Amino acid sequence: MPLRRAAVALVVLALLLTGCSGGREPHDGRITLRFQSLAWQDESVQVNKELVAEWNAAHPDIRVEYVQGSWDSVHDQLLTSFEGGEAPDIIHDASDDLADFAYGGYLADLRPLLPARLRDDIPRSSWDTTTFGGGDGGGDGDRDGGGVYGVPFLQEPRVLIADKKVLDASGVRVPTPDKPWSWPEFRRVGKELTAFMGPGKHAVAWPLKEPVSATLNLGLSTGGRLFHRGADGKVTVRFTDGDAVVPETVRAQVNTDGSASGATLGMGGSDTLPGLFGGLYAMVPLGFSYRQQIIQQAPDGFEWTVLPAPAGDDGGLAQGVSPQTLSVAEDSPYKKEAVRFIDFLLQPSNMVRLAKGDWMLPTGTRALADPSLHTAKDGWATGAALARDLRSAPAQSVRGYPEWKDKVATPALQEYYSGAIGRKELEKRLVKDGNLVLARYQR
Amino acid sequence: MNTRTRGPVRAGQYAALLCYLVFLAFPLLWLISTAFKPAQELASLHPTWIPEHPTLGNFRQAFDEQPLVRAAGNSLVAALSTAVIAVVIATPLAYVMARTRGRLAAAATGWVVVSQAFPFVLLIIPLFLVLKNLRLINSVPGLVMVYVVWSLPFALWMLVGYVRAVPAELEEAASVDGAGRLRTLVSVTAPLLVPGIVATALFAFITAWNEFFFALVLLKSPEKQTLPVVLTHFLGAEGVADLGPLAAAAFLATLPSLVVFAVIQRRITGGMLAGAVKS
Repeated sequence: MPLRRAAVALVVLALLLTGCSGGREPHDGRITLRFQSLAWQDESVQVNKELVAEWNAAHPDIRVEYVQGSWDSVHDQLLTSFEGGEAPDIIHDASDDLADFAYGGYLADLRPLLPARLRDDIPRSSWDTTTFGGGDGGGDGDRDGGGVYGVPFLQEPRVLIADKKVLDASGVRVPTPDKPWSWPEFRRVGKELTAFMGPGKHAVAWPLKEPVSATLNLGLSTGGRLFHRGADGKVTVRFTDGDAVVPETVRAQVNTDGSASGATLGMGGSDTLPGLFGGLYAMVPLGFSYRQQIIQQAPDGFEWTVLPAPAGDDGGLAQGVSPQTLSVAEDSPYKKEAVRFIDFLLQPSNMVRLAKGDWMLPTGTRALADPSLHTAKDGWATGAALARDLRSAPAQSVRGYPEWKDKVATPALQEYYSGAIGRKELEKRLVKDGNLVLARYQR
Repeated sequence: MNTRTRGPVRAGQYAALLCYLVFLAFPLLWLISTAFKPAQELASLHPTWIPEHPTLGNFRQAFDEQPLVRAAGNSLVAALSTAVIAVVIATPLAYVMARTRGRLAAAATGWVVVSQAFPFVLLIIPLFLVLKNLRLINSVPGLVMVYVVWSLPFALWMLVGYVRAVPAELEEAASVDGAGRLRTLVSVTAPLLVPGIVATALFAFITAWNEFFFALVLLKSPEKQTLPVVLTHFLGAEGVADLGPLAAAAFLATLPSLVVFAVIQRRITGGMLAGAVKS
């Protein structure tokens, strides 16, 4: 059977090939670290490249090679690189993408490597977003034995980008971080603004193509958590009154008040900007970094302002975020050197440069105190004032969350927002169907 | 069909064809329009087909921000190499498969069909490991090897059809006239296969030119990245895009395919017809 013999030979050859191992040796005593960055806006790429060049000039023995990655495909690309033992030494990603890699043993636990300066400079609430594996799966970080698998360094709250002229002319109270709108007030103002703007126009455009993270993260302001971890460490979904405030407000604005556009429910953030510029909407809830697009694309004479997202009854502006992070690959033979580079990259002045390049907020307290991030221009001061209330996104470390999000929560919330189902059905799906999904991951 | 009904039917056919052409052309025309629009027009509530203030700024920005020329060069090397190697390997194999009746040919045909059923995300990790141990990660030759293997089954399938369309009687006649096996292949069969070979090469070229995932995973160094990978650098988190420069770069990326199509269109058409005709 020549065919069978050939097949056996092929299998043996493949096994032999995969059994061989390649190594990474330093050349001429000089170490080369690969830094995969996801910076994509021109200013941000420039800053990253400048910082790498500055490092290389000051550290001839530890050279850093800048590699451009892409947000669009980073998860699959990293997964393959980890499996193949070819991952970059220093990895730029978002904290909500780290859980799988951390639990899979692909990322180094940074606790023994982090310098005290960096550890102390970044608040506990930010470290929580990159702490996995403890008793609460990230809630308390070091305190219950979880490992730290990334350094959170940039974050963005969700804010309301508003047409300043419409807002001022309407006479509604303009909120500030010290005196934000409550959710009921936001709904009331929405109705007033819509009446002021006239037919065919809406106070709000909710871009809810991906409704889950926006709903969950804003829900923190009203005490919503949705995911509850029991004493046994298992997570279950519960839908409380606190969880219901944000979805009920959005649904009522779209279906009862007519103060929010139903057409934008299926849109992404960028898709709503033409309507904002064209006067169709007065406000759009967007990530803080969208300011860069607004500056680029807004027509001449368009005046805009940044408002805080509505607050809970206690005035709290808490909301969940998934910061951008820097991690080190577990396979990297140069972990100490990689963390030294991260420490350099995240020196307060450098963190400010990175934050400005990405139009985001730095997590470091010293960087955040930089005067240039507290100017009224382009809404920086409003964003900086929100930073103290940013928390780890509720779903950050919940295993099975991606499946729950895609199969249960996204369709349920989309139907709820469009008015197709009511609260009971929404709750049933999120909780009953959701717990069935999560249970499979927690056996 | 009588002459009275033929006119309206023909008009309907042309109308349908026109709709189809518009449908096909829409993305490309919109891409071109977007590439020449300034940022403010891109965010207009009333978008226009023709840019009101056309600009080359998006092209300048695209070239300033990303190494498009180098990436296009890498893509061109990978795509041309893939096309040539795939055709060189596939042509004799297709001839054997088309002219041979036996278990081996049947098994090979079966394998070609089955191999198309594997999603490549399943293959990428084993493939990555094999290439890593062959020290072919982060090298264009390694990528070409993957592309050839990936495009070979379909190329083979296409060419088998073209070979079968060449009447075996022609080869028998050449043999009767005293031509040897090799002479028959070179002088009789090969010229008739040229349209099919060109069409197959074009298929392999475009497949490799547009491929993204293997290039993303296998090429690590920035200087080796191909055009589809570099294009994703204009995309941010949560689908935010630097739309103008992205459209400009994407438009440039479509040009080689359009040029190749334009140059060899007649041969492709001939090839398709040759493959379709039964002897």
